[in-house]
Amino acid sequence: MIKFILLRILQAIPTLFIIATLTFFMTRLAPGGPFDAEKNIPEEIKEKLESHFGLEKPLHTQYFLYLGNLLRGDLGPSFKYMGWEVSELIAKAFPVSAQLGLFSLLIALALGLPAGVVAALRKNSAYDYCLMITAMLGICLPTFVLGPLLILFFSSWLGWLPPLGWYSFADMVLPSLTLGLFYGAYIARLTRAGMLDTLNQDYIRTARAKGAPPVRVVLRHAIKGGLLPVVTFLGPAFAGLISGSFIIESIFFIPGLGRFFVTAAFNRDYTMVLGTVLFYACLIIILNLLVDMIQASIDPKTRNR
Amino acid sequence: MSIESAKSKDFISENPDGSSLWKDAWIRLRANRLATISLYFFIFISLLTLLGPEIATSSYEDQNLNRTFAPPGAESLFGTDNLGRDLFARVLHGGRISLAVGFLATSVSLIIGVAYGMTSGYLGGKMDALMMRFVDILYSLPFTIFVILLMVLFGRNFILLFVAIGAVEWLTMARITRAQTLSLKQAEFIEAARALGYSHPRVLFRHILPNLLGPVIVYATLTVPAVMLLEAVLSFLGLGVQAPMSSWGSLIKEGSEKMDIAPWLIFFPGVFFSLTLLALNFLGDGLRDALDPRAAKE
Repeated sequence: MIKFILLRILQAIPTLFIIATLTFFMTRLAPGGPFDAEKNIPEEIKEKLESHFGLEKPLHTQYFLYLGNLLRGDLGPSFKYMGWEVSELIAKAFPVSAQLGLFSLLIALALGLPAGVVAALRKNSAYDYCLMITAMLGICLPTFVLGPLLILFFSSWLGWLPPLGWYSFADMVLPSLTLGLFYGAYIARLTRAGMLDTLNQDYIRTARAKGAPPVRVVLRHAIKGGLLPVVTFLGPAFAGLISGSFIIESIFFIPGLGRFFVTAAFNRDYTMVLGTVLFYACLIIILNLLVDMIQASIDPKTRNR
Repeated sequence: MSIESAKSKDFISENPDGSSLWKDAWIRLRANRLATISLYFFIFISLLTLLGPEIATSSYEDQNLNRTFAPPGAESLFGTDNLGRDLFARVLHGGRISLAVGFLATSVSLIIGVAYGMTSGYLGGKMDALMMRFVDILYSLPFTIFVILLMVLFGRNFILLFVAIGAVEWLTMARITRAQTLSLKQAEFIEAARALGYSHPRVLFRHILPNLLGPVIVYATLTVPAVMLLEAVLSFLGLGVQAPMSSWGSLIKEGSEKMDIAPWLIFFPGVFFSLTLLALNFLGDGLRDALDPRAAKE
């Protein structure tokens, strides 16, 4: 297990290197610079700013300087938020996004798992059809349609919940629900498929033949195998929750990392863009590793990959 | 086209009285009511958006400042927006863009993915390992983030949109094709074709390609809605097509900003978009069951 983890961490290094290089040159080759948008800024001040951030140096020198700083764990100062380090900005904005992601995931699991299990146990019944059509609707009703509709209904018409912001618990309900419903629908479908697959296995028949009560068969024997596809899905789901939060954060005006990232890209805040992309990449790699570890502990067959 | 290739002598019939795999699949698909309805609905939507300008009474960009925020009614079927533009015409026009992006980007990913996967699987050995390792590395890149970055940095370029989305979606296609090619390579009829002295390209294109189309078509059907969703996400972030052009994503964005005054502005594009995605997903599921009888049996 330790060997497996070490191997994965080693594999992550070239990936992160490629991401850093790609992002670095992509941002620099794009038209526009961080100080172009400032109004009426005298030429000499602009030059001073650029030399302060080392932007007047040749591109490859900047690249190696950046990589060197990166190796020391230094993401550099933000070009737009003067006096702020990129790492400070990430530390400020990420907890908000993480909170949103966590609540959404909890809602998704709480809705998706029971729905999937019930649909699988009552296969081809009215329950099954209703649940699965609802799930399909949930998948096809994108967050940017569902979000505004929820605001319209719960905030504008009923006035129960605030439409935007991120201050109190009430603010968190609609955004988490929007994102959670989408993933809940996905998880319901995966759980159903996984459970159906498992319920046909010989060991389930054996358990039933031994006279184990149906509830016990499901909860003790079937659910472990049935959840495998869900666990596998959690890796990409985390990545999706992150990028999905871009949309949610812009609908509900939440000061999370997604909004910082998009604004930074628009502002040509080079270090902020690079820092956020690398942070996201690390996050996805770590979460995928965690998911693989969970998977290996459920299903011994995947351990030797 | 697929029916044509099904009739070619290279195909192994599933049952003795000569009905082909594709014919069987069609019969199975027709038996699936949800998939059939989805198919007809999708054809209907495609025709509607293609013939849109002919049906709609006004153009998608005509402004009429005397009739802003008019609710849906006889004069304009879906109402009008803040500039008095007819929403019905805009929804049809937007659908055309959304569907075009969906299909073009899927085609890009289909061509790259199938060519890459077939090459990798057919060559096998070290080359295969190398090519698949490359796909693995690309897989771990946060691609949505890159697509967003690309669109922000290089402006809203329509061609770039296809390239960017196509570049994300080909990876899974390549994996599926490779797995299929690997298993087909072992099949006796491929061995027979090689023994007859057929060239590698001939074996690849006449014997392997037609036989791996099933899973590829299924995945392509499911890629179209995924691509449309990604395009809509970009448009929603203000990175997609530009006004006065519209896609369903950008209409939904506009609608969400003005929904307090005019809820129909988000309702109609949202419904059209969601129903189309729904139909495509049901169709993809139905095709999978129809083309992969083993999966359908459970």
